[in-house]
Amino acid sequence: MTETTRQPQGTVPEQAAMIRARGLQKRYGAARGEGFTAVAGIDFEVRPGEAFGILGANGAGKSSTMRMIACTSPSTGGSLDVLGLDARTEGARIRARIGVVPQDDTVDVELTVRENLLIYGRYFGLPKAEIRRRATELLDFARLTDKADERVEALSGGMRRRLTIARALINEPEIVLLDEPTTGLDPQARHLLWERLFQLKDDGITLILTTHYMDEAEQLCDRLVVMDGGLIVTEGSPGGLIERYCTREVLELRFGPGEREAMTDKARGLVERIEELPDRILLYTDEGEATLAAAHARGVVPLTALTRRASLEDVFLTLTGRSLVD
Amino acid sequence: MSAVLGPHVSARPELALRSGGALAMVERNLMIYRHTWLLLVAEIFEPVLYLLAFGVGIGGLVGNVPGLADTDVRYAEFVAPALLATTAMNGAMNETTFNLFNKLKTNHTYESILTTPMTVRGVALGEVCWALLRGALVTVGFLVAVTVFGLVHSPLVLLVIPGALLVGFTFAALGLAVVTYLRDWQDFQYIQLAMLPMFLFATTFYPLDVYPRPVQLLVECLPLYQSIELIRQPSLGEFGVGLLLPAAYLLAVGGLALMLAFRRLDRALRS
Ligand SMILES: Nc1ncnc2c1ncn2[C@@H]1O[C@H](COP(=O)(O)OP(=O)(O)O)[C@@H](O)[C@H]1O
Ligand SMILES: [Mg+2]
Repeated sequence: MTETTRQPQGTVPEQAAMIRARGLQKRYGAARGEGFTAVAGIDFEVRPGEAFGILGANGAGKSSTMRMIACTSPSTGGSLDVLGLDARTEGARIRARIGVVPQDDTVDVELTVRENLLIYGRYFGLPKAEIRRRATELLDFARLTDKADERVEALSGGMRRRLTIARALINEPEIVLLDEPTTGLDPQARHLLWERLFQLKDDGITLILTTHYMDEAEQLCDRLVVMDGGLIVTEGSPGGLIERYCTREVLELRFGPGEREAMTDKARGLVERIEELPDRILLYTDEGEATLAAAHARGVVPLTALTRRASLEDVFLTLTGRSLVD
Repeated sequence: MSAVLGPHVSARPELALRSGGALAMVERNLMIYRHTWLLLVAEIFEPVLYLLAFGVGIGGLVGNVPGLADTDVRYAEFVAPALLATTAMNGAMNETTFNLFNKLKTNHTYESILTTPMTVRGVALGEVCWALLRGALVTVGFLVAVTVFGLVHSPLVLLVIPGALLVGFTFAALGLAVVTYLRDWQDFQYIQLAMLPMFLFATTFYPLDVYPRPVQLLVECLPLYQSIELIRQPSLGEFGVGLLLPAAYLLAVGGLALMLAFRRLDRALRS
């Protein structure tokens, strides 16, 4: 309990950044001696109205970073400013102005859908009449009006997630944090959620989201960082990163059982970089079809061949040597 | 939608910050008990059974209670205040142990609450406030039953209400501190292991002077003994400085327990 509630001091320097992290660290169990470093000193800035992504595999430190931004988990090193306020000392004041969608659904299972919104607004000290008005609009926004008076147990995964998002909007936040918003949802539910998130973006809300889905990052994020092992390994726009770390296209080749190694050897030299995965090989090329023809000419006979656009998954593979979703 | 998300009218954080959110926590519980208020009514039933079995049943054998200043006190009149104190204790402590454990470990209720301006301190304080109110409410319900049984003679009995609030505070805070140490449902056995003997021996059913002096000293240290004192004295028509010691004791124990609970909860909820 070190949170104070003192007044914000004077003017905010460099008003432009919504969030600014410098050398930010998170070490768990530090009080008990050794501990585990989940975030090992990262720098980033988020600008107003931007959709900012944190892409990384499980255990990269995404949630730890998000919890520090949400001021629900104190940082153990470096500095973090949110909305120009120091996250270490102004936690309650910052939380009043942001919306948080945690990784695991944490809707209040003892209450109905509408009650979830009503009580959540009270946690922000909003007047009841105002909360009722916003709750009705948010239920509509989240497509949950029909379910308003049901217990949350009756909701599907996608509905719960939308309720969590609606709840995070009750205080008209300037920033919304979304930790893996679509993980575990079926494709239809994901698309509905994306569409809702686009709406928030259109309304000028700054979004920060973590994901390990590259399509999600490509669709939603204006700019993103790639995290691995508690560090930021690169930063840029989805298109920019693909351009920087990849070729335009990727040729994926699958081989019959036992053939892969021999075939891979034959394919070497066709392109500058070949990535070997357990079930297939990836050839980074600017002309997929031409490379495939060249491969055929060398006697490389794949079971299947697929030419596709390079994606963030490839960027991740290039940077870490591992696949994003295991 | 853009009406909701349009120009940013700030959510009046000052207001939420001032109370630390304790009031909102009480509101959450009221919202839930709107659906489940019958549980509270059921809780009045238990002390009524004890009153019938011991006060009325055994009371018929015992007659008046020997060793009291006022030798006219019937046994049921002696037991009823102790049951009132026990009701306040249980009403409050069940909330901060059983119900709180559920919220802490099963439902993770506080994780999302703490993403708002609410603080751990506000949450803890709010839960204690609700628990003591709940304990006092059940106690008042039982007091009505006691009155119906014809065991109330003095208007001083109204002091039971502030008494129950204080007893509720102490045990709510104790429960909150204890619950932070529990790992699973089996651990509730340990609470039972402390609560049952305390209920039986803290002068609930007979006066303190049946014990030899060393045991008396031990019993006087029990929070339930001090709670019973706080409520029994005015119920039997006594009102004086004798109430100061139990009141001070309960405030001190509750305050210390609350401070411990703050620290433990902060560590558990803000890793
Ligand atoms: N409360 C905690 N205590 C100890 N270790 C933790 C805690 N939370 C996360 N970790 C560890 O920190 C690392 C990063 O976790 P997390 O931030 O959740 O990553 P991500 O969200 O990218 O999957 C993981 O190795 C995880 O086991
Ligand atoms: Mg995570």
